[in-house]
Amino acid sequence: MSLIELANPSRFLALTGRALPWLLAATVLAFAFGISQIYFAPDDYQQGATVKIMFIHVPAAWLGVFAWVLMSVAALGTLVWRHPLADVAAKAAAPIGAAFTLMCLVTGSLWGRPMWGTYWVWDARLTSVLVLFLMYLGVIALWRTIDDPAQAARAAAVLTLVGAINIPIIKFSVDWWNTLHQPASVLRLGGSTIHPAILDPLIVMAVAFTLLFLTLHLAAMRNEIMRRRVRTLMMLQAGARVRP
Amino acid sequence: MTALSALLARDLRLAVRVGGGALIGVLFFLIVVTLVPFAIGPDLALLARIGPAILWLGALLASLLALDRLLAMDQEDGSLDLILTARVPLELAVAAKALAHWLTTGVPLIIAAPLLGLLLNLDPKATAAVALTLLAGTPALTFTGLIGAALTVALRRGGLLLVILVLPLTVPVLIFGVAASNAAIIGPVPFGTPFSILCALTLISLVIGPLAAAIALRQGLD
Repeated sequence: MSLIELANPSRFLALTGRALPWLLAATVLAFAFGISQIYFAPDDYQQGATVKIMFIHVPAAWLGVFAWVLMSVAALGTLVWRHPLADVAAKAAAPIGAAFTLMCLVTGSLWGRPMWGTYWVWDARLTSVLVLFLMYLGVIALWRTIDDPAQAARAAAVLTLVGAINIPIIKFSVDWWNTLHQPASVLRLGGSTIHPAILDPLIVMAVAFTLLFLTLHLAAMRNEIMRRRVRTLMMLQAGARVRP
Repeated sequence: MTALSALLARDLRLAVRVGGGALIGVLFFLIVVTLVPFAIGPDLALLARIGPAILWLGALLASLLALDRLLAMDQEDGSLDLILTARVPLELAVAAKALAHWLTTGVPLIIAAPLLGLLLNLDPKATAAVALTLLAGTPALTFTGLIGAALTVALRRGGLLLVILVLPLTVPVLIFGVAASNAAIIGPVPFGTPFSILCALTLISLVIGPLAAAIALRQGLD
């Protein structure tokens, strides 16, 4: 099953139609397992139980960034390889990525109030993630403003690739600048610095969130394909009405 | 006269003649700088402290609003199609247009900044710092805005969408522009550090802007 065989929308719909119930079940199971892991995870010696916001905040942040990376690859697929479903993938991923980024910002803000004493601070990590959220909204606005889906796809692809410069800035912002947000503690040279008792639930929740993203993304792609078919049918119908 | 210099001369003449572009940008700059003291009160010490930021914000907003005229007017009367089919590489053609746009919209802002600094109680050293950072940073605003202008060129009422798309990309220019101005006035960072990064941002935008705009134009208009 190569990527090019999936390029046929009907094939894609058939495949995802069969796969989605299993994905949904896997997501629910992963979340159930993850939440049980969170329940039995120990409290932090300094933060108490509040540290458990991390199990939502960090995976949401990872997925918000991952969605933009996925959109960038899809943008290359549209502009360079002309894959037929690349733009569908990009359009479907944008609102999901925006939602995860917003979740990251909100949970981080709620975590910051008891820990740092403030809901918000303009340090490099928070600012760059906020800019990412604004760029998500910009891409969604661009998608909705241009009528022709193919033309909108190409414009959104260019904008996505230009905005991809923000991704390394987000990742390395805590290294390049003096930030209130803590430095990298999971994906860093020299291995993770988190104790396994906290790291394992985090990884489980990350897997659960990723499965959730995958499920939502494939469902959104199916919706977009069907939406375009409806649009074509409506245009054909309007044309048939005009001609006697 | 080569094709590029002809394009540049045409754009310069159009921007000066039609009478909207250059002076409306400066007028908007003046209005923004006038509105801020109305909002935050006439405390001169406070105004002097945040003066560089107000000037940079006003210049940024004036630049963004003037971007509408960069490509949309040519798209309306069909000149953009001629530019697309010309033998001049599209990247250089849009770069020439952006250069003309900066000369007629950005440079008046730089010239107006010292005069507006008087309204904000800025001393000569601060004014010079702001003017110098604006000189280094406004090309980045124009050339980054070129990308947004190319993406929204075919939209009829795409003005506000253009601003929304370009704004996140211009945030680093704003941050380092104000940082460089403040570094010259208060320190403790030496002026050269943020100023070099500002110049680097401009140089990057001089390359990426025309490249991305050309791709967007080719994709968007066929």
